[in-house]
Amino acid sequence: MGILLLKSGLFTTVQDMGRIGYQKYGFSVSGVMDARSAKLANILIDNPENEAVLEFMMIGPKLKFTSPTIIAITGGNFDPVINDKPVPMYTAIYAHKDDILELKYAKTGVWGYIAFSGKLDIPVYMGSRSTNTKCGIGGFHGRKLKKEDQIWFRAKNRYLPSFLSRNIQPEDFSGEKQEIRVILGPQDDYFLMKGIKTFFEEEYKVTSDMDRMGYRLAGPYIAHKDTADIISDGIPLGAIQIPSHGQPIIMLADRQTIGGYAKIGTVISIDIPRFVQSREDTIIKFKKIDIENAQKLYRDEEKAYDKIVESIHHPCKEVLEPRQVSLRVSKLFDENVQEVEKWIWKD
Amino acid sequence: MNYPRILICGDSAVTVEFGTEITPKINAGVKAFTNTLMDNRPYGIIDEIPTFRSVLVNYNPNILLYKELEGCLLELLKKSAKYPSEIKKIYHIPVCYGKEYGPDLSDVAANASMTEAEVIQCHSEKDYLIYMLGFLPGFAYLGGMNKRIETPRLTDPRKKITAGSVGIGGKQTGIYPLDSPGGWRIIGRTPVKPYDANRKNPILYKAGDYIKFDPISPDDYSNIRDAVKAGTYECQIETR
Repeated sequence: MGILLLKSGLFTTVQDMGRIGYQKYGFSVSGVMDARSAKLANILIDNPENEAVLEFMMIGPKLKFTSPTIIAITGGNFDPVINDKPVPMYTAIYAHKDDILELKYAKTGVWGYIAFSGKLDIPVYMGSRSTNTKCGIGGFHGRKLKKEDQIWFRAKNRYLPSFLSRNIQPEDFSGEKQEIRVILGPQDDYFLMKGIKTFFEEEYKVTSDMDRMGYRLAGPYIAHKDTADIISDGIPLGAIQIPSHGQPIIMLADRQTIGGYAKIGTVISIDIPRFVQSREDTIIKFKKIDIENAQKLYRDEEKAYDKIVESIHHPCKEVLEPRQVSLRVSKLFDENVQEVEKWIWKD
Repeated sequence: MNYPRILICGDSAVTVEFGTEITPKINAGVKAFTNTLMDNRPYGIIDEIPTFRSVLVNYNPNILLYKELEGCLLELLKKSAKYPSEIKKIYHIPVCYGKEYGPDLSDVAANASMTEAEVIQCHSEKDYLIYMLGFLPGFAYLGGMNKRIETPRLTDPRKKITAGSVGIGGKQTGIYPLDSPGGWRIIGRTPVKPYDANRKNPILYKAGDYIKFDPISPDDYSNIRDAVKAGTYECQIETR
């Protein structure tokens, strides 16, 4: 048993870290838009970082648990409730059989994630469980989820140690302005000095033209030297294409593998999550960074994940915060005491 | 400009560029490098996208820093210069030209001031190099079509082109691997599936191989289609 969709939410799909190694045949990578939020959801419940999660955009799904599990919800603030009672995000929470989880319209951010310790029973296709809706492959029958879809779990119930430590500070995606760091190139030589100056000094706004493939921004015209067209070459994640209209398009998870517009720069990996969580009208200010510093930041972030893993496995936190513990332990004495005990004491 | 050169594409990818033109010679460099890279893949390189004239290399900066990667790639470039030229592999794709299979064949013929039979002859006599795959899974960018049958794209693209359709779009020719919208002139259709999600190798061919179109009759078309459905059809591959 697993989950039953009562409401689909908006563009709800199954995603993991993407279908890697098949771009040479024309398959997009797909995978989660905000890799950090998805990773944290999995980390909170001891899932592998690459485990498949549910991803949704702006409006979250409503779903019923047909068997108990432990979940973590991350990403934008979707005001989650279980059986109409608010539950925290960025926290491991129990879901009992027949519980109903509902997520609302995102107060902040764009993308939300749910990780399940029961692990979604989705077949691996070409090395990934990610949904590629364009090709109709991967995920749940190659498509976004709709009402009455049912996904089973494939893993057994697990005991999670240090359960009360399993929460982290939610990320704040409410900023009206975001500084996004960019490495220049590969086709910066297609732009006038003036164009590059405009790109880094002016402000750009996220438009409503945003989806899993890419986000279009609007702002001052970025001038090319001559043509905006190149002989098509490969597109990396975060590539900033500038077609002849002089406005940036940032290429994201569902981007095509190959494209023919000049790319002025590439958003650095660790800024992609904050960028994709920027809603329409968010002001984007691009800031130049060199590759050495960007890769140092990349490694620092990897180390930060290790720290988080350590902190959520730290058993003493609850002892140091008795008030919080009493609040959460009180739940053990409500009507579901039988099932909770099972979770705590049985493997 | 000195080619090949390495261009930085953010913190997790580089492009190895062999030129800025579409020529078999530049593409041969791409092919040799891609094969060398795949045979001697350094730890930390996770994915590569060969194109007409460049290879995008995705890597994990937690394992390889740019400076280290650059060293690896320069070594591989040296090696790839000596990569033996591969045996030419030609995939024979049966195509039923004209009629309901290729509704635009007459337009192409009219545009070229040729008969339909001459267009078919002209389109099916060449081996087309697969420069790269992209756009859709298994969509092959083919080079080398005879200039005489170049035809502009439709002004109003079709909403749906049936999978297997063979078309001409400007200077290019190719096969639609999936049902897809598109503006190419459709001159025929193949019962063979360049992309089949349920096949062991979902994509039939790879960049660097060649395609040759073999004209078939509507009867052959339905026979081959049935064999493809039953999983008994094997694409004819010629090596030279």
